[in-house]
Amino acid sequence: MSSQTLNTGTNEHPGSTAGTPATPRPYRNRRLPAAGTVGRYAALAVAAALTLGPVLWTLSTSLRTPSESFNLPPSFLPINPDFTAYREVFKQINVGLLVLNSALVTGLIALGQMASATLAGYAFARLDFRGKNAIFSLVLATMMVPVQVTIVPVFMLIRGMGLSDTLLALILPAIPTAFGTFLMRQYFLGLPHDFAEAAALDGAGPWRIFRSVYVPLAVPGMAIVGILAFNFHWNEFFRPLILTISEQNFTLPLGLVTLQGNLGTGSISVVLAGVILSMLPALVVFIFGQRTLREGLTAGASK
Amino acid sequence: MTTTSTPPRHTVKPQAARRSFVERWLAMIFLAPTLLGMALFTFLPIIGSLVLAFFRWDIISAPEFVGFANFASLAQDPTVRVSFLNTIVFVVVAVILQLGIALSLASMLQARMPSWLRVFLRSTFFFPLVLSAASVSIFMRYMFNEQFGVVNWLLSLIGIPAVPWLTSPVASAAVVVLVYVWQNFGFSFLLFLGALSNIPKELHEAANLDGATGWKQFSNVTLPLISPTVLVASVMAIISALQVFDQPYVLTNGGPGDSTRTAVMVIFESAFQQLEFGEASAIGLVLTVLILAVTALQFRLSRRFVFYQ
Repeated sequence: MSSQTLNTGTNEHPGSTAGTPATPRPYRNRRLPAAGTVGRYAALAVAAALTLGPVLWTLSTSLRTPSESFNLPPSFLPINPDFTAYREVFKQINVGLLVLNSALVTGLIALGQMASATLAGYAFARLDFRGKNAIFSLVLATMMVPVQVTIVPVFMLIRGMGLSDTLLALILPAIPTAFGTFLMRQYFLGLPHDFAEAAALDGAGPWRIFRSVYVPLAVPGMAIVGILAFNFHWNEFFRPLILTISEQNFTLPLGLVTLQGNLGTGSISVVLAGVILSMLPALVVFIFGQRTLREGLTAGASK
Repeated sequence: MTTTSTPPRHTVKPQAARRSFVERWLAMIFLAPTLLGMALFTFLPIIGSLVLAFFRWDIISAPEFVGFANFASLAQDPTVRVSFLNTIVFVVVAVILQLGIALSLASMLQARMPSWLRVFLRSTFFFPLVLSAASVSIFMRYMFNEQFGVVNWLLSLIGIPAVPWLTSPVASAAVVVLVYVWQNFGFSFLLFLGALSNIPKELHEAANLDGATGWKQFSNVTLPLISPTVLVASVMAIISALQVFDQPYVLTNGGPGDSTRTAVMVIFESAFQQLEFGEASAIGLVLTVLILAVTALQFRLSRRFVFYQ
């Protein structure tokens, strides 16, 4: 499997029928572009509206004043934006600290996964050692184990290590990554062998070949691992709920759920302002790293 | 370096031996972070779970061996039983909806349309995947509020009376399914989109010539060709739906009654609210067995039904 297998779902022109005037199209389609086509566009429009509607409602409601935020009719477009809710959410919760915690946890997990997966993936793809296949199968098998099953012993382990209620309790267990290792192995297998042979002829040892030849080539693969880790752990709720106790160690999703619990239905726009703020980094990833994220998300299926 | 007369062949050998020696060491160092981490945070906990499932332990007093009592409580404890039933119903309904919506939308995107529109729609359907399930559940909880929620307001426009979305057992289960599917259909959609765009267009042309169009073409040509993806997408969707937690926790906290309580919620509650760590481990093991069974089924099915090119 080469790096090409990572490219599923990114084809801009799937066009089984697009741009092929020679194709004998069904008769009725030519006569009545209405029937099928209109129905299809209507269905797609409804699906798009249902997908975007809730997000637009959240955005525009966060921009209403807290007192009228639950008034009907609802607002779907922020026509007269009011930023009271955004000022208020900073007063209600320590947004800065939540963002800092989330950024630290997510960033360190992403960096740790990129480093450890690159090393392990390279070993599985390019180095010779005994029991390689067995060890690799063992690593892959860990993907089958849901986090909910290991969480109780992990919680006790963390206590035993004296890391209860620290950010490290969230970071350390998340660094070993079976999926990241799998991705990086695929990536290294897809890179040509010739470079290594040429470097070896020039007298480079295994470390030099890894460091100077393959790591620079593997940066796009590392980006996939990093972006996947970011997307998953920025949004993670279950582990922080269990492994952090005091509010000063909360991450954003946990802080927001707590805020909703405290404010209840009193001022929707304040809670929604927090929700919108927490979405901003995800939005940045969506805009600039969407292709990478798509490749990473779908890569597991082409195993 | 070497002693004997036969020149080139022998001089290479010790170098190669040294190289493989260095490689072995390098491999060990490279694998150390991942393997040690997994040993500590995955394998040790799995063993811990297996052991703990046979004990009663609240962390404070000494663990007490109880044999299979924790597993027996799974069958007897009504909350645990209901939560597993809820989870299975949830998985069936959510996965069918998720795959159906994803496959329909991915197929519709195969039709002729401006490329900017295709990119826009693909991005739109993908977007919920980058949000956090907790945030989504927060705003959806407001949207489904009985009095001031936007959903009931929209329904009132077409004359439907207010639905008690979060306070009636059936409606709240429906809300959990809808919110979950809203966020996750994009994943299956991406898988189907990739598979559909890999079908050689000659096959569609040939089918057209043979008079197989519309539904006939879809079921006889398209579906068999993407069957490997359908299987993978189903298994991934089932495994992730079996672990649903964030949405019911934030939307309904399992209520009203136990109507939206799921297996993972019960693991969470028995461990971290009732301090029944043994029972939580036992429930977790049963869930793992379910997940392994689904995976094993995938391998069997893929040998029998899936058409590989």
